[in-house]
Order: sequence, then C-alpha cells, then structure tokens
Amino acid sequence: MNDNYSIEISDLTKVFGSRIIFNKINFKRDTPGLAGIAGPNGSGKSTLVKVIAGLLTQSSGTIKHYLGGKEVHQNSVYSVVGFASPYVYLYDEFSALENLEISMKIRGLKPDQENFKALLDRFTLWPRRNDPVKAYSSGMKQRLKLIFSVIHSPGLIIWDEPTANLDSDGKHRVYELASELAKESIVVFATNEETEIGMCSEVINILDYKNNK
Amino acid sequence: MKFYWLFRKDLQSELRTRYAINALGMFIVVTISVILFSIGQEKITQNLSGGLFWVVVFFSAMSGLSRAFVSEEERGTVLTLQLMSDPNTVLGGKLLFNIVLVFSMNIFIALLYSALFDVFVIKNLPMFLLAFVLGNLGIGISSTLIAAIIAKANTKGTLYPVLSFPILLPLFLTLIEITKKAMEGVPFDEGFIEIATLVSYDVVMVAAGFMLFDLVWKE
Repeated sequence: MNDNYSIEISDLTKVFGSRIIFNKINFKRDTPGLAGIAGPNGSGKSTLVKVIAGLLTQSSGTIKHYLGGKEVHQNSVYSVVGFASPYVYLYDEFSALENLEISMKIRGLKPDQENFKALLDRFTLWPRRNDPVKAYSSGMKQRLKLIFSVIHSPGLIIWDEPTANLDSDGKHRVYELASELAKESIVVFATNEETEIGMCSEVINILDYKNNK
Repeated sequence: MKFYWLFRKDLQSELRTRYAINALGMFIVVTISVILFSIGQEKITQNLSGGLFWVVVFFSAMSGLSRAFVSEEERGTVLTLQLMSDPNTVLGGKLLFNIVLVFSMNIFIALLYSALFDVFVIKNLPMFLLAFVLGNLGIGISSTLIAAIIAKANTKGTLYPVLSFPILLPLFLTLIEITKKAMEGVPFDEGFIEIATLVSYDVVMVAAGFMLFDLVWKE
C-alpha cells in the first residue's frame, strides 16, 4: 500500500443552485485507518465523496492529496484514490479478469495476476473470472467493483455504500478486507449503515455541515 | 503508452459490441444507394461527384463518430474511466480510436464510391491522398472533441451534427476544393494553400483539444 499518503480538506463547500449540499468541511488525516461519512439518503454523501475523489468540482474550498510529502496534481488524483459505489459501472462486455487487467494497464501499471487471484478468490469470484460481467448478479458486480477500487494500492480508498446488494457473507468479507486495508491506507465509508459507522474511528456527519457558518 | 491501452480497450469493446461499426457500415451503404437511386440515368459532373463524396463522408461521420464518448456515457462507465486515467490519456485514447475508425470508414466509402461512380476519377492521386489523410485526421480530431462535449446532453443525436457543422465546415470546404483540383489533375503546387489550410486546421484542433478537454471532461 501507499506510504505517507495524507489528505487535507479545507473549507470544502458544494452548492447546487441555491441548495447547500455541504458547507465548509474541514478534515485532515495523515495516518491509516477507517473514517466514515454519515447522513441520511439524499443528504449529499455521494456528492462529497465524488468531490474528494476528484470526480466532481467543489464550489469553494480545497482538497489536497499528498504522497510522500508532495502534493498530488489534480489530474493525477486517480492514481492515489480507489473508489467503489453502486453508480460506478465496469465494462459489461469484458470478463472480471479483463476489467482488472485493463484498468491496471490504462493506469500505466503492470497487472499483478497473483493479487487478482487473491482478491477474486476472497470474494468468491475466481471460478467466474472469465465470464463477461454482464452475466454477473448485482452482488457479484458490487464485489468486483470493490476489488477494482483496491488493485492499484491507493492511499485513499473510498467506498460509497460498500455493502449495497451484498448478502451477509459478502458484507462480512467487505468488513474484513476494509479492516485489513485500513492498516496501511485511509479507508472511507460513505454510509448510513450503523455497523459500518461503528467501525470508523472518525465520522463526518454531513448534516452538521448544512447550516454551519 | 497509457492512451494506447485505452485505445485497445475501445477497439476490443467495439469488436465485441459492434456499437459503431454496424451503424456506420449500414449508413454508408444506404447513403450511397440513395444517391445512386436519386441520380438514376442522369449523368453527374465530375465536380458534383467530388462534392457528393464528402457529403457521404460528413453524414457517415455524424452517424458513428460520437460513439466514442456517448457509449461510455450511456453505459455509465464515464466515472470508471475518470477513476483510472487522467484527461490527456482519455483524449489520446479516444482520439486514436476515432482516427482509426474514420480512416476505415473513409477508405470503405472511397472504394465503394469509386466502384459505383464512373465520373469519380482522380487525376492527381498524391494530392488527393495527402488531402484525404489530413482531412481524415481533422474529422477524427473534431468529431472526438464534439462527442466529448455532447455526451452529457439529453439530445445527443440532434446536437452532434448541429455543433459539428460550423466546426467542420471550413475543413469540408477545403476538402471539396482540393478534391476538385485533384480530379482536374492540376499540379501539386496549385493545391498548396488548401494543404496548408488542412495542416493548420489539424494542428489548431489538436492543440485546442488538449488545452480544453479538462474542462469538458470533469463535471
């Protein structure tokens, strides 16, 4: 995993028209561990994680990702962030293994077949590794997305509703992996599941950032 | 080389889904058939046949070249792409894919057109080939950029030709002019202005593309 990754969020604000999604969020973390973003449905959790991952631009404020003490350029944030959510889709016409290989090659990294096998095995997808993703159930797709988010060893792993569509076995495997990853990376859950929030050492409640000054 | 892997991904995806190839192939055949039927027994002039060639190219390009970005948007894989590459890699990969598609499409159109229209005879072939290559590059570059702009819109089908028309107009006017000269067999230096215009167009579009793509790509 990435050494010396840290993140610094200052006065982060996002508004859509006159609607404040969140206002002046400040957050800093330079040690691995589990952090949570909590809030009810529609409160803006997904918007916040998209902004942090560089998928959406903020209205004001700054997000700085550091690797080895150096600030990561805005266009390279993808290389230090891993992101999984129900609204991220992988390529249906490719198999699980092809999706993982393609994503590594496009990132400019060498596909690590042993790591792929270990992760696919862990989520019981290895026997179906060569099937096209379009033949997968929604739970299998969710497991694959979680694998996709960690294969490049990012310093920041953001999982938005990580256990959506998963059965209890799948949820257990997610929690186990998250705990392991949190030893070396910052893992962020955006969720309203109490079990997940309970695992986090630090929680941002998005409702606290609606009317704050 | 990251953009090459993105290009490979798009090529493999296209070969499996036939998202653009089938639509383009059918469109080319239908358009040329309509021209043939509408002409009937009439004789068309050499100049008109040259102009019609680029009309076929324009509308074929409009039917298939937006797919590079539209297919990502429709399948919801835009975020996936943003999560594994920087904007320059995306533009480079998509550009290469569209250029390959434009060349394949236009070679097919040129062969079919030459076989079906007796009057479509090029006397200065090197000049036409150079214009053809530069023109294809220009079409590929412009269509990729416009596809990126319209991909998020609700009315993609309408917006694509509407936005493309003013941007591609100078390119097509130049191509029509130089094709006319190549058909007349004028010496190479008489087509210098058109060739220089095509080179300038391509350079400006590539430069503008890489400078502005960031703004288009991120929400």
